[in-house]
Amino acid sequence: MQKRNLELRDINENEYTVQQESNLDQALGMGLSKDEFELICNKINKIPNQTELGIFSAMFSEHCSYKSSKKWLKTLPTKAEHVIQGPGENAGVIDIGNDQAAVFKIESHNHPSFIEPYQGSATGVGGILRDVFTMGARPIALLNALRFGSINHPLTKHLVSGVVKGIGGYGNCIGIPTVGGETNFNKSYDGNILVNAMAVGLAQKDKIFYSAATGAGNPVIYVGAKTGRDGIHGATMASAEFTESSSEKRPTVQVGDPFTGKLLLEACLELMQTDVVLSIQDMGAAGLTSSSVEMASKGGLGMHLNLDLVPIREEGMTSYEIMLSESQERMLMILKPGSEEAAKLIFNKWDLDFANIGKVTNTGRLVLDKNGFEACNIPINPLVEDAPEYDRPYEILQNKKVIKSDDFQSNQTLNNILIKMFESPNIASKKWIWEQYDSSVMGDTILCNGKSDAAIVKIHGTETKNSLGKGIAMTTDCTPRYVKSDPIIGGMQAVCEAARNIAASGAKPLAITNNLNFGNPEKINVMGEIVGSIKGISQAASTLNTPIVSGNVSLYNETNGQGILPTPVIGMVGIIDEVENCLGISAENNNTLIILGQKQNFTEGWLGCSLYQEIISDNLDGAPPPIDLKTEKQIIETIMTLNNNKLLTGAHDISDGGLLIATCEMLFKNRLGLNVNLPKALMSSNSKDHLLHSWCFGEDQNRIIISTNEPDKVVSLLKESLIDYYILGMTNTSSNLNLNEVDTISIKEIYNINERTIPSLMDTYKS
Amino acid sequence: MRAAIAIFPGSNCDRDMAVAIKKITGKSPLKLWHKDTEAPNLDLIVIPGGFSFGDYLRCGALAARSPIIKNIKNHISRGGALLGVCNGFQILIEANILPGSLVRNKKLLFTCRETTLEVQDSIQSPFLSSFNTGDCLNIPVAHNEGNYIANNELLKELENNGRIAFKYKKSSEIETDYNPNGSLSDIAGILSKNGRVLGMMPHPERSINSLHGGTDGLKFLTKSIEQIVG
Repeated sequence: MQKRNLELRDINENEYTVQQESNLDQALGMGLSKDEFELICNKINKIPNQTELGIFSAMFSEHCSYKSSKKWLKTLPTKAEHVIQGPGENAGVIDIGNDQAAVFKIESHNHPSFIEPYQGSATGVGGILRDVFTMGARPIALLNALRFGSINHPLTKHLVSGVVKGIGGYGNCIGIPTVGGETNFNKSYDGNILVNAMAVGLAQKDKIFYSAATGAGNPVIYVGAKTGRDGIHGATMASAEFTESSSEKRPTVQVGDPFTGKLLLEACLELMQTDVVLSIQDMGAAGLTSSSVEMASKGGLGMHLNLDLVPIREEGMTSYEIMLSESQERMLMILKPGSEEAAKLIFNKWDLDFANIGKVTNTGRLVLDKNGFEACNIPINPLVEDAPEYDRPYEILQNKKVIKSDDFQSNQTLNNILIKMFESPNIASKKWIWEQYDSSVMGDTILCNGKSDAAIVKIHGTETKNSLGKGIAMTTDCTPRYVKSDPIIGGMQAVCEAARNIAASGAKPLAITNNLNFGNPEKINVMGEIVGSIKGISQAASTLNTPIVSGNVSLYNETNGQGILPTPVIGMVGIIDEVENCLGISAENNNTLIILGQKQNFTEGWLGCSLYQEIISDNLDGAPPPIDLKTEKQIIETIMTLNNNKLLTGAHDISDGGLLIATCEMLFKNRLGLNVNLPKALMSSNSKDHLLHSWCFGEDQNRIIISTNEPDKVVSLLKESLIDYYILGMTNTSSNLNLNEVDTISIKEIYNINERTIPSLMDTYKS
Repeated sequence: MRAAIAIFPGSNCDRDMAVAIKKITGKSPLKLWHKDTEAPNLDLIVIPGGFSFGDYLRCGALAARSPIIKNIKNHISRGGALLGVCNGFQILIEANILPGSLVRNKKLLFTCRETTLEVQDSIQSPFLSSFNTGDCLNIPVAHNEGNYIANNELLKELENNGRIAFKYKKSSEIETDYNPNGSLSDIAGILSKNGRVLGMMPHPERSINSLHGGTDGLKFLTKSIEQIVG
């Protein structure tokens, strides 16, 4: 083959400068800084051509390099006895016993979903599924964490409708159940929604596949869909702030094809049953660039690829386009030499492309040929090792102002406030959303979407004579208004709420994947939010022994300089030994409801940063409710003990909206009533009394409500464990929630409002 | 019992159906690939749910042109029993094995939820003969195109000849939203002229344990298999 080197080594100095300037312009256009461009020229000892520059720009993007957050991510606790693989691979892996492993990760697709909500969210789901099955795991569940702008913003309904359809469109078609998640609305997301998708898979512990390339000379195989011109430079787009012209970036949004995704999933898992796959990496952000570079870099090797052999969808694609395309449903694999033909048969069966596009080398360089020319020849190390790592200045702002219930001058009755709360899409049932997701395909779903605090999916094939088997519990959580007010407490709270939700569903919390969504890290207070919440997450995760095993960072979530509420989403996974032991939130008749928590949180309520405050005063202020990590751990352990002794009928954590909201949610399903046992000080309070309001709607942490048929046994066990508790009352069939002489709340009425809120908001929108 | 599941690229309820059948018969059903042109003599073929060929063109349209359809037609002409669930029902319609059409749900949204089915007064069918007219089964649906439509002539033909197997039914007096897709006359499943082919939108294989989805689907499949084996 005739080769011509396109490098510019032999040109004179004058020409060099001209060339450098024009390439610098190109580099700036690709999102690199001048310093970064000069660093690249130095490291590779030449002026990069367009393809090389594109590769550097993608690898140096915030999305791929984590340059602003890396320093702090390193401080997260990532180890525990049950961790098989921590951060750094396609997904995290934990030991769940029986020689099985849970493989999971969460990832954002925020920017594309704002520009094109259906495709953006669909490919978010497709991408996270590939991350999981790349590791050799069959995906068994999907979750998500969604944040939209104010429901009254003109774009919100369009975005909700498109995102929900997109998530369903991919998950339903590929046949993985979407079992849980959270959806919130806040005006800070008006111009920048968050779409975080989480996937959980199941693998044999001794059949985990990794991405590090091995063995110079081994074939590099491209499988899956063809490469098109979609999503070129998506990773770079995802690392920039939005402006009004962002919709012009629609062509950089990838297009998903869940049908091809399903074929790729089955073909890869079928091939992985053999022993020919040495390493494998999905082509996600930055496509063929990041997959080839990361595989080579992790193996300390090089790669020589012939881009003419890459299956392409359109004629005349340049090397730059092929390397930067983010076409979906593609994988890169290193196979054992000689096994190509057998592997190809499997992919042919599934009607997928299979192309041998090059070889692993021991040069440590990425060499790409195209049309007989060398289109790229750069050392791999600088792409990864020399990716910039910034120690950005930060300031952690902690709001310490304690809001007292006296600060509120409400003239509304309890019933009115409760109605307002359930008329808010933040509290109301999300049934309109989750009915659009197939939650029961695969036949292993036990609890999902609203029935429990965490979803539970049983582990296929673990049935015994007495049980349907073991189950995996999963949840996603974050309360951004707390993080905004105090990033450290907010970070802790997200972890604690997730763990509490896992425990309230009857399972044991095990490990975390996190999705850190923030604004522009070059702003000192945004960087403070990042650092603060990582500190909070670290402290809570250490205390609860739930290490972080995978994750994703999404920065520059800003539009025209307006940042989102800091949103470090925690995805947590737990285990339950017998799924029959799972707990839903719904109480049964004649159940005693008991709050577990700390004594001081039973008599007054913490209204700072609460939804009550937001709804009553249209404002959020003050410190978020404090968290006691030691108590959290005790409560989680106690719930597990109570449940193992089969003393519970249900459990529900107290979070958004406080005690009264959680209580209503426990009564809804069976339309039960309850005569609430009020603290002495409130017994003679009237319906507009702010002290009563703060007791009902305060969001004090470390609290779970349990329901039981055997209150005496529960109480004696609680006394033994030295856990504070408060008996809330016994359920009845009246369907009335009685708080005192004055307030009788109709559970049926509130239930109807809860069910109606989101459908009536969305039915006015026709897509 | 010789049962098989026909699998197309994009089928995604094949494993679930196999689990349900194995739970009943103790034996995993045979798997038929869409390109298979030969199949052994069978008592029952099930076309499972999913998104065969990605639902491209129209749900079931491409699958209905697969080589295996010839096999399936031979199977029913031999008097074999055939069950199409969800996408399987759509395929049977596209293959002209069952009449009518399944179009987008009335609300234009995918819907995954519980439904109550009422057994109709039908012709002799192995799928229904263990049930009485008016019996109710709670079986979930999950689909985007389950809205059954037919012209007046066809509807009359189905009604007069006992070819409507199931209708969606109110589970309580106050329920207004009991029909999940707006299908004509609340139709959830229909039979072939001889009663040996059943197409239904709800997923009986998702209702086989008491913890999730109940066990009415298991009851339905068990009774059907008993009747088919005879």
